[in-house]
Amino acid sequence: MGVAEQLSVGRKLVAERPGALVVGLVGVLLLVDLVRKLTTGALPSPRFASLLLDGLVIGLAYGLAGIGLSMTYSILNFANFAHGDTVTVGAFAGWSVAYVVGGLGTAGFGSLFLLSSDPGLSVANAPLVVLVGVVAAGVGTVVLSLALDRIVYRPMRDAGGISLLIASIGVALALRYLVAFVYGVGVKGITAASPKLALLSLDGAVGMGVLGPDQRVGELAGPSEVAYYVGLPFANRNVTEVLVGLTFHQIALALAAGGLMLGIHLLLQRTKLGKAMRAMADNKALARVTGIPTERIIRMTWVIGGGLTGVAGFLIVLERGTMSFSFGWILLLFIFAAVILGGIGSVYGAMVGGVVIGVVDSVSIIWLPSSLTTAAAFAILIVVLLLKPDGIFGGVTTA
Amino acid sequence: MSDDVRGVPDRVVDLFEGNDPLLIVGTMLGIYVLLTAAAVAVGFDLNGIVNTLRAATVFAAGYGMLVLALNLHWGYTGLFNIGVAGFMAVGTYVTAMLSAAPSSSPPGLGLPLPVAILGGMAAAAIVGLLTALPALRLRADYLAIVTVALSEMIRLFVKSRIAQEFTVAGVTLGTGGGRGINYPSPQTIVTGLLVKEPRSPGSEPTAFGEAVFGAAESVGISESVVSGLFYLVLLLVFTGAFYWLLVRIANSPFGRVLKAIREDELVASSLGKDTRLFKLKVFAVGCALMGLGGYLWIGRSGYVNDLSFRPNITFFVFIALIIGGAGSNTGSILGGMVFSALLFYFPQFVSQNLGGGSAPDSFAAALGSAGDLFAYAVANVSSLRFVAIGILLVYLMQNRPEGILGHRKEDAASVDLLERGSGRRPAADGGRPPDSGGESDE
Repeated sequence: MGVAEQLSVGRKLVAERPGALVVGLVGVLLLVDLVRKLTTGALPSPRFASLLLDGLVIGLAYGLAGIGLSMTYSILNFANFAHGDTVTVGAFAGWSVAYVVGGLGTAGFGSLFLLSSDPGLSVANAPLVVLVGVVAAGVGTVVLSLALDRIVYRPMRDAGGISLLIASIGVALALRYLVAFVYGVGVKGITAASPKLALLSLDGAVGMGVLGPDQRVGELAGPSEVAYYVGLPFANRNVTEVLVGLTFHQIALALAAGGLMLGIHLLLQRTKLGKAMRAMADNKALARVTGIPTERIIRMTWVIGGGLTGVAGFLIVLERGTMSFSFGWILLLFIFAAVILGGIGSVYGAMVGGVVIGVVDSVSIIWLPSSLTTAAAFAILIVVLLLKPDGIFGGVTTA
Repeated sequence: MSDDVRGVPDRVVDLFEGNDPLLIVGTMLGIYVLLTAAAVAVGFDLNGIVNTLRAATVFAAGYGMLVLALNLHWGYTGLFNIGVAGFMAVGTYVTAMLSAAPSSSPPGLGLPLPVAILGGMAAAAIVGLLTALPALRLRADYLAIVTVALSEMIRLFVKSRIAQEFTVAGVTLGTGGGRGINYPSPQTIVTGLLVKEPRSPGSEPTAFGEAVFGAAESVGISESVVSGLFYLVLLLVFTGAFYWLLVRIANSPFGRVLKAIREDELVASSLGKDTRLFKLKVFAVGCALMGLGGYLWIGRSGYVNDLSFRPNITFFVFIALIIGGAGSNTGSILGGMVFSALLFYFPQFVSQNLGGGSAPDSFAAALGSAGDLFAYAVANVSSLRFVAIGILLVYLMQNRPEGILGHRKEDAASVDLLERGSGRRPAADGGRPPDSGGESDE
């Protein structure tokens, strides 16, 4: 491409998409400022790396939770406002089962199921129990989604997207306060502290190792106290601190989310079911005349989307350690942001969008006061809707 | 079976058809009878009963105002705005910051209340315009997501350290952040009649106030309930004004274009109406009304913080509108009354005054016997009522999406289309060259 051609493309961009240009400029400005902060030491690079990693991990969970929303949005054509509360139900169901399985004998069935006596579970001390919890969360939300589809959404198949949206607001309200009715309205501490995979600096010597949940880095006598310690050939200032750390819970979340997303990708790309879903997202009437059993595909959409949503809820609580009856509702806007940013119907889009939203929420604390980082994530959502409503992966549906 | 169920509200509606004041007063009287019965059952005296009815009416009037404002957006124009909480927050906070005394913390400007209220409405309208300018070309569901995200952003901003106290051009203002803000409450507008210094508690009553308080005392009604009743009158006056304004707008040529936009925007614009301009105007007007309603009702105690403006309140107003029937002003008032007084306030009242005592403290303990479960349900009715409201919303969307009075949804045309014997679809006929009002359309 010649210079003149590039110039004309540039001029066209300025004329046609002034908004995109402004957003681009702001992005470049922030990037320059970030580099400046990193090089001058105003922002220590380990802190930046920690923020980035935290955002990445929670973003993967947003992405995983977003897949279900994205699928129902593209196949059933409505914004499901009950999705956040499906996340809540999944988390509560999964942790109830995990508590009962993991804590049987330590307390009564009722108090375990209602999460009021804490058996102190973590990925490190009870990996199998956590696995059972993940499965239970998935099964719980599959059953819930199918029941809701049968009772609420199926009689309204021919209604418009807005009617379905309003009905889903009713579903959201009923689910949220049913959980509140059964479990109470308080915030519950769920998990025990887990070990941490950490990049450490011990008196200036850098190394990697696993820190137990009770170990404080300042109290360590030397590298010998750190499990699986591996020295690394870097130098650091003469301090003793954790440079970057990832808890086992975060690692479990990242691995599970990554694995499930890969599985969904293969399912949608390689199987007949996936092809049928993509066909329905593109053109429902055409899909029906082609002989695709649309009702069965819709049920499968709820099964897959609902299951992933419950698992995501369980994993988010695993990572955060606490939950309350409204945590999914509060997450809903983040999940919407992830899905819309990536492009509705696109699984990769939900993944990328989730990570972007998670990273923005986490990293924007460099520039903004802590109470406004969430607002920054929502601002991204609004800007995307205004400038590129198709999202980053726009045009690709359910792929 | 659905025919039977649908028949009952229809028959009730037929009874009151065509007589809107009777319909509204009748419904409110029905709610009063229910509440009075409940209040008598728990042993309230006259003061308590009057106070209960007052509190329920304050709820009903407050919701009525907000539902009417939303009806302008969703019912008349088809704009799916679910950022009501955000626009209420702008109106309330700006009014509060303009009217709070410069000596209070956070400091305000100390302007007279009417000026401050107008300022709050203008601010809400401007924020509405700024939202609408880019957002109105979006699909309805995207507009919904944008507005709800915006309302959360406004709330988070109000709560943030930046807004807590800031200085613009030498004047220090603030929202108080998470600690909230104190300001002259809307009650001081009317309590000025009763006491000499409405802004300071325990002030001497005026001559009129002394007479009123004395008369109320003689039948056993306390001073605080009397001031509350005066505030209620103010709220009812404003609700009436909202209703009048909405009816005026709806019956104007401007309103007919709004209805045409709702039915089919393409038709309206191909008939030469600049639908974008109409939508901008109506969005700003609705937002200003939401701002005013927010100050008068949410801000009634003279103190607010960000928690009053969570998205929940938006959805409650929205549900009230759906119950009443989007597109009908009388329906909006009825929906506000049914939602707030009957579904929201009444269960809580029953639970607070009848529940408690021996209710089990967890769901597991409540499963022991039916009696325990019932006691637990009564004690936790604040959660259960929302389950019921959610189920009601789903039921309405499946069986009666037009709401109680939705069949009243007005046509876009100024004449009855059915009488002309043709064209049952108002949309197709909505922009017909109007005989009278057409010239004054914008």
